[in-house]
Amino acid sequence: MSLGGIDLVVLIASLMVASTPIMLAAIGELVAEKAGSLNLGVEGMMIIGAICGFIAAVETGSPVLGFVAAAAGGAVMALLFAFMTQVLLSNQVATGLALTLFGLGLSSLLGQGYNGIKPPPTPKLFGSLGDLPVVGPIVFGHNWVVYLSLILVAGTWAVLKYTRAGLVLRAVGENHDAAHALGYRVRTVRTLALMYGGACAGVGGAYLSLVRVPQWTEGMTAGAGWIALAIVVFASWKPWRVLLGAYIFGGVTVLQLRLQAAGIAIPVQILSTAPYLITILVLVIMSARRGRAAQGAPASLGRVFHASH
Amino acid sequence: MKRREFLAATAATGTVLATGLAGKAMAAEPLKVGFIYLGVPGDGGWTYQHDLARQAMEKHFDGKVVTNVIQNVPEGADAERSITQLALAGNKLIFTTSFGYMDPTINVAKKFPKVKFEHATGYKRADNVSTYDARFYEGRAVIGTIAGRMTKTNKIGYIGTFPIPEVVQGINSAYIHAKKVNPDVEMKVIWVSTWFDPAKEADAAQAMIDAGVDVIMQHTDSTAAMAKAQAAGVYAFGQSSDMIQYAPKPRISSIIDNWAPYYIQRAQDMLDGKWASQGVWMGIGTGVVEIGEITDAVPPEVKAEALALKDKIASGAYHPFTGPLNKQDGSVWLAAGETPKDDMLSGLNFYVEGIQGDLPK
Repeated sequence: MSLGGIDLVVLIASLMVASTPIMLAAIGELVAEKAGSLNLGVEGMMIIGAICGFIAAVETGSPVLGFVAAAAGGAVMALLFAFMTQVLLSNQVATGLALTLFGLGLSSLLGQGYNGIKPPPTPKLFGSLGDLPVVGPIVFGHNWVVYLSLILVAGTWAVLKYTRAGLVLRAVGENHDAAHALGYRVRTVRTLALMYGGACAGVGGAYLSLVRVPQWTEGMTAGAGWIALAIVVFASWKPWRVLLGAYIFGGVTVLQLRLQAAGIAIPVQILSTAPYLITILVLVIMSARRGRAAQGAPASLGRVFHASH
Repeated sequence: MKRREFLAATAATGTVLATGLAGKAMAAEPLKVGFIYLGVPGDGGWTYQHDLARQAMEKHFDGKVVTNVIQNVPEGADAERSITQLALAGNKLIFTTSFGYMDPTINVAKKFPKVKFEHATGYKRADNVSTYDARFYEGRAVIGTIAGRMTKTNKIGYIGTFPIPEVVQGINSAYIHAKKVNPDVEMKVIWVSTWFDPAKEADAAQAMIDAGVDVIMQHTDSTAAMAKAQAAGVYAFGQSSDMIQYAPKPRISSIIDNWAPYYIQRAQDMLDGKWASQGVWMGIGTGVVEIGEITDAVPPEVKAEALALKDKIASGAYHPFTGPLNKQDGSVWLAAGETPKDDMLSGLNFYVEGIQGDLPK
């Protein structure tokens, strides 16, 4: 299947790879924000995940341990954020920005001596099923992290919508005073939500350093965390739209490079702005349709909670 | 050392960091030299090479010169603030190491007439602003020759950054010399609109590989494309830095920027009070552009051919842009035997005949 010199099957398979890091980071941030914490440190948590995952995978030879270490690294970063904002009641925006700077700096320190090393390959989950025509590369051709990311999106959606824990989490994010009055532990819920967000961002970062590039380079996230933050907003805090937004963004990014390789005459400036424009347009149009109520920013998002009574 | 690096990285968005030899007692006040970096030394490419040269300069002067660095400075309005910061911090000589710092450098230079500025790869000068640049296109001619010989699919790729003259020279030079040894060669250019974004560089390399490209050249700063080339079993070239960790395959050779001789010379000029504004454009002959080791993955006769070309360029016997050459639209650019003047080259804004696709304006 080929269109204008671009193999559609390869395109779809590679857009899934390109989208996975931002989707993972975005779905984690969505949960943190649904609980009412605005963590702008996604970029910092991602890059810490990228280097922690890389070091662990290289040292142990196991990509699985790499991703586990990445999740742990991201979660520790988030815990730091939670301590600052939930216990010391610092400003969330400033703390988040500081977390990004800290993460970038710490990762380049940790990464000394890891330049130019090749990480162990992350195997494809279904082996030879990936050689089937069409469905092979798209459905079966990926490594387990891609499937994990899809499961996380579905799981996050189901938990937020159908479980008691999800209801509590949303209650904390909508009105922390009311939730507190009902006896829910606002700070604990937020801390856990932030750690989930950190772990997801960490795995997303490790996906860059272990699969998508794969190597360690200082500053290699290069803004992916900020894209993830934007996608959460434009997706109106809805998990499936996060998936859609990430896939559109990743898809158009990959597509525009392939259009250039195929020599299709579209001005490069239009191509390189296309991922941003198209993602924003699609998500804005979707959320504009149902009016303001559907946009759904958690009402307590970014507000400091202080249990004074 | 570790602590210093940690601070350097943490201060990424713009705290001035003195990496000088503060502990040394000096009779005279040491010369303070500032550097603005686009990325981080850990990119393994462009910024790494500037940082190596900075260290070589500090070492050469052994305490008589101390340096201050601001890294991760975006090209654009924010650069002006960072350059000003270095000037206010007492640096007498400031190197701004990327094309996009051109206007910010000129603007800051107006406010600090006593401070000397050195802007890399630009073309705007003033009484206290010099420009220095390297004839990367000379190196591109050599690796273009290797690329033309090594490709089996007759498709070679070039990851472009921004359509500035330096990059356009590189694409043209590589194409002309690949075509010279392999008339069937086709050049695929992908513009990624960034100097440094490993994920995007890797995606671009992958897009080329999927389109049948089997030799990749890059103008971007990181080694990400190398990792993809290695996985796919195609060839690539180190850019800015040797990237020797990917030898002997996929990295079969490289273009290395060696700024150290120039930095040492200019600091010496400052110490001697002889600094004057100039515009220099240094090539293979001066050692600023080096060709990294050509590995055994390249057949000996191709290696010999490439080295012969390098020697001819170094001695000045051959100019990589020697006519007859036509522009992309078929009109005559250079008549037979004609070579372009430097100011024409430094404003180069068109492809030569044979390259497909439009050059972004």
